[in-house]
Amino acid sequence: MGKTEIPDGETEMLKYFEKIGANALYYINEAGRMGIFFFYSVMSIVKPPYKLFPVIKQTYIIGTLSIFVILFTGAFTGMVLGLQGYHTLRKFGAEGLLGSAVALSLIRELGPVLAALMVTGRAGSAMCAEIGVMRNSEQIDALECMAIDPHKYIIAPKFIAGIISLPLLTAIFDVVGIFGGYLVGVGLLEANEGMYFSSMYKDVEFNDVYMGFVKSLCFGVLIIWICSAKGFYVHLSRDGGFGAEGVSRVTTDAVVLSSVSILVFDYFLTSVLL
Amino acid sequence: MKENIVIQLYDVRKSYGSQEVLKGINLSIAEGKTTVIVGGSGQGKSQIIKHILGLVKPDSGKVVVYGREITRVSKRELREIRTRFGVLFQNAALFDSMTVYDNVALPLRERTKKSEDEINRIVNEKLALMDIEGSNDKYPAQLSGGMRKRVGLARALVLDPKIIFFDEPTTGLDVAKSNEIYRVFSRTQAKLGYTAVIVSHDVPKIFKLADYVALLHNGVIQGCLTPEEFQLSDDPVIKEFVVTTMGPLYSSEMEV
Repeated sequence: MGKTEIPDGETEMLKYFEKIGANALYYINEAGRMGIFFFYSVMSIVKPPYKLFPVIKQTYIIGTLSIFVILFTGAFTGMVLGLQGYHTLRKFGAEGLLGSAVALSLIRELGPVLAALMVTGRAGSAMCAEIGVMRNSEQIDALECMAIDPHKYIIAPKFIAGIISLPLLTAIFDVVGIFGGYLVGVGLLEANEGMYFSSMYKDVEFNDVYMGFVKSLCFGVLIIWICSAKGFYVHLSRDGGFGAEGVSRVTTDAVVLSSVSILVFDYFLTSVLL
Repeated sequence: MKENIVIQLYDVRKSYGSQEVLKGINLSIAEGKTTVIVGGSGQGKSQIIKHILGLVKPDSGKVVVYGREITRVSKRELREIRTRFGVLFQNAALFDSMTVYDNVALPLRERTKKSEDEINRIVNEKLALMDIEGSNDKYPAQLSGGMRKRVGLARALVLDPKIIFFDEPTTGLDVAKSNEIYRVFSRTQAKLGYTAVIVSHDVPKIFKLADYVALLHNGVIQGCLTPEEFQLSDDPVIKEFVVTTMGPLYSSEMEV
């Protein structure tokens, strides 16, 4: 009706607004989808029957297989903290506080965040790709047609495994990091050995450990949620999500989105928990 | 003879983008009978099955299964209805990170409380029925297309469903194997009395199995007739299909 009556320049502009509108609708839709996905996943965790074996398997994949990466990154993070911390603190003559500086920054901040980022890269991407391929090859449809709830069968064990694994991996990261800091600070740079641990005992409180624990738990849920939902809805992504390329694109999206949301949530969690 | 209608589609329409694939499908599936949907490639035959399974929602129209409208039921009810289904997808849709054995055992493990011994017995029995005993530990990627199809069939039949949906059960199989599938099929149907909906290209062989044949042409079902009536039909569309797929010889013969 109207199109011929509008001058050319204005239809161009309308197109622009149309695009903004379409984008907004797409993202609102996606947010709704993610919300529903989360709801169904939680419901499927709560509902019986409970099966132990799939949870153990997923914990192995998400948790156990990530230990090596966590050990490695944890050690080097601690070592660099020791190195930087020592040189910074020495300016104020406060080398004695090295232990507590390393421990606090690891336990409250770096441990949960870096462990979560490592797990996103290692397990989250794999999870997203796996579920995406299952969707694209009609395996999820097949499950539904067999009257097997795909949330219960595929997603729930991953969620539980994520909730179990992330705090434990974070704990490993923290401990290894603290010893990494010790290695550099005390072993290499001659900070006082007794002071390293005694300052840590004095300054690290239960509240700090609690904060790290809550963070790692939240990140665990966040990673599994985003990565599995992205794979699960690969067929609804804007470009159609077809084939291998569709899966690779949502996997990239999932990793980027999880990493960004980990950092964003980290800020908000810190501000709430402090 | 009054037949019990278990599945009914009323004026089902579905578009993908600007292309209308289904343009008002009306179809009734009778209990205990085999209904075969034939038609050219890309006509949307698989889409009809997906609508009945509740995997795809129609733009308009109704799909009624066991007296319940499949697009309106709750998730739980839908699952309850689906417990009576056995489905073979066009590409078999096997779980590719599971072995053949685990694929067939999955419905038993997830849906029944049978012991592992019992599951073992049933799975091996079904795999033997499909003539693929030696491949228990292989993965779907290590199988040929025809073997995959047979594993899919075994999986679809493992819970003794009330209604089975086969999307091209014999495509990719050689003549002997597809004949064998047909034999297995009529044997099990005689034994279990299930309702079957089959999408197939395998005309005219599939007519031997069919109680009813429905032709999907241009997004509409052109008559749901017995094979005999189908072949002798005066409807120009059906006639053309019969002539092009079977040759003029068949249309003049009563016997199939």
